[in-house]
Amino acid sequence: MESNKHFVLGVYDDEDVLLKAVTKVRESGVKIHEVYSPFPVHGLDEVLGYKRTRLPKAAFMFGLLGTCLALTMQIGMLGFDWPMIIGGKDFFSIPPFIPVTFELTVLLSALGMVGTFMIVSDLKPYKKPRLMDIRITDDKHVMAIDLAKNKMSKDDIKKVVQGSGASEVNDKDFED
Amino acid sequence: MQVTSSVREALVTGNKTVHDVTEDICRQVEGKPTKSWMLGMAISLGALAIGAYCVFVLLWEGIGVWGLNKTVGWAWDITNFVWWVGIGHAGTLISAILLLFRQKWRMSINRAAEAMTIFAVICAACFPGLHMGRLWLGFYWALPLPNTFGSLWVNFNSPLLWDVFAISTYFTVSLVFWYIGLIPDFASIRDRAKNKISKAVYGALSFGWDGAAKTWSRYETVALILAGLATPLVLSVHTIVSFDFATSVIPGWHTTIFPPYFVAGAIFSGFAMVLTLMLVTRKVFKLEDYITINHIELMNIVIIITGSIVGIAYITEFFIAWYSGVEAEQYAFINRAFGPYWWAYATMMTCNVISPQLFWVKSIRTNIAATFILSIVVNIGMWFERFVIIVTSLHRDYLPSSWAMFYPTRYDVGVYLFTFGLFFTAFLLFAKFFPVINMAEVKSIIKSSSLKEKN
Repeated sequence: MESNKHFVLGVYDDEDVLLKAVTKVRESGVKIHEVYSPFPVHGLDEVLGYKRTRLPKAAFMFGLLGTCLALTMQIGMLGFDWPMIIGGKDFFSIPPFIPVTFELTVLLSALGMVGTFMIVSDLKPYKKPRLMDIRITDDKHVMAIDLAKNKMSKDDIKKVVQGSGASEVNDKDFED
Repeated sequence: MQVTSSVREALVTGNKTVHDVTEDICRQVEGKPTKSWMLGMAISLGALAIGAYCVFVLLWEGIGVWGLNKTVGWAWDITNFVWWVGIGHAGTLISAILLLFRQKWRMSINRAAEAMTIFAVICAACFPGLHMGRLWLGFYWALPLPNTFGSLWVNFNSPLLWDVFAISTYFTVSLVFWYIGLIPDFASIRDRAKNKISKAVYGALSFGWDGAAKTWSRYETVALILAGLATPLVLSVHTIVSFDFATSVIPGWHTTIFPPYFVAGAIFSGFAMVLTLMLVTRKVFKLEDYITINHIELMNIVIIITGSIVGIAYITEFFIAWYSGVEAEQYAFINRAFGPYWWAYATMMTCNVISPQLFWVKSIRTNIAATFILSIVVNIGMWFERFVIIVTSLHRDYLPSSWAMFYPTRYDVGVYLFTFGLFFTAFLLFAKFFPVINMAEVKSIIKSSSLKEKN
């Protein structure tokens, strides 16, 4: 694969400069591959034009599944498979089923959402990350621009990045 | 533009930069264990070993080795269980409820508090497991697993089973919440690692984190939703623990005030334990710039509030017992305060109701030594609260011929010691090998709340 191999990296020291730089670089017609940060920068996804994640919907659906599973299990086991009246509560007495139903709703919602997050973000144990700059996990913000996805020349892109307030502009090539 | 408050105290002192945060927090992970850490570990492992022997004897001989009798069927086992579960609550409160309320002061303490939650819940879970006696059969009694008893299932109508679901869900969700928060920080350690083993271990733990904006955006959504899920969860867990008592017909247990009263007590004891641990951690790891007097004061304020709620609950219980006109209920409460266990009741009242009121004085709530002592006093008081509720309500049965006293045996003490050993061993391992402060979160507030930016 030729794409995603040659990058121009803009290194930024400050998140406020970064936020303005992203807008400026995008306005100049350069396509940004991704921005990497050591901590969450609020508003970065907006200026990068990312859509809102659908993870809340996933959480809701998994929660709903948990509710159905819990009620089916309890009603099935105590109502049909081995019906017993305990403590004067009926076979289909819903109130005593609520605690278990609530817990399973929360459990499935949380695990399902986190699992989805791991899958869509490609996070897994032993995965070797493609690190743009070793300082990303320390104190630097890095804007990566994929040369194959931009029509501008490398030098022009570097000029745009330099003019946006980057403290360094570097090249990065991957061999995979 | 970042907005810095001129009214609020700085959350990070010492003019720290983002890079300083990485250096300061990674230092103890990368360096050799200190002498104080080794000493702590030796004591914890000693307690764990003695305790493990007691657990072995308990499993070998049966729960007859405890001081329980026909009248007092629950004593230290359930006291310790409720106490440990309560301690766990502060971690989730700090990480979830304070996140929803956008309280930035949680950021320096949430990681260690969440670790405390997880280890405390493990310790709590030991007791219901062990008090079943035949631990190996417990899975069939507590979980709806297909079994050889035909299709006889667990009793979903029982608060004891609700407890199983509540505690296991609470543990799982807390663990996931904690681990998600750790991933970016593991990546920081991975990228600084110098030897092969560290690189491989932290590489595996960091799940290939690369700090992409898209992942951060999803990560924040996940954290917020997990906080939204964990908030009712944390309230439900101690509510359900209180149902173990409240749905029974024992005078002294059968009260509707139990759920909120137990939740307040849990937060009260949990914050006390967070303070005990954080005061030691900040001193040993030199984290005074991150866990400041401001943090300690804010936690002490939570202790005043929850301690006062607990105090009001004690008085309300007494009032309602009298007002109900039920003689058995009235007797249960008079017996608590003036019966043979009056000393336990007096300890509870002194430690939980009177001692936290000292925090109204600013010089006390900002004093580290006083806070450390009072945090331990509160935890002792909260243990006695559970002991008073359980043992004093049981030891005088409806039949005076059945009245009995409870005397703990060495195995009661030993199993409790086991959980202390387990808790502190786990916490010390966490403090050495994991970043004790959430670096990524603290880095995100450096600009808005450090002294450097304010001046």
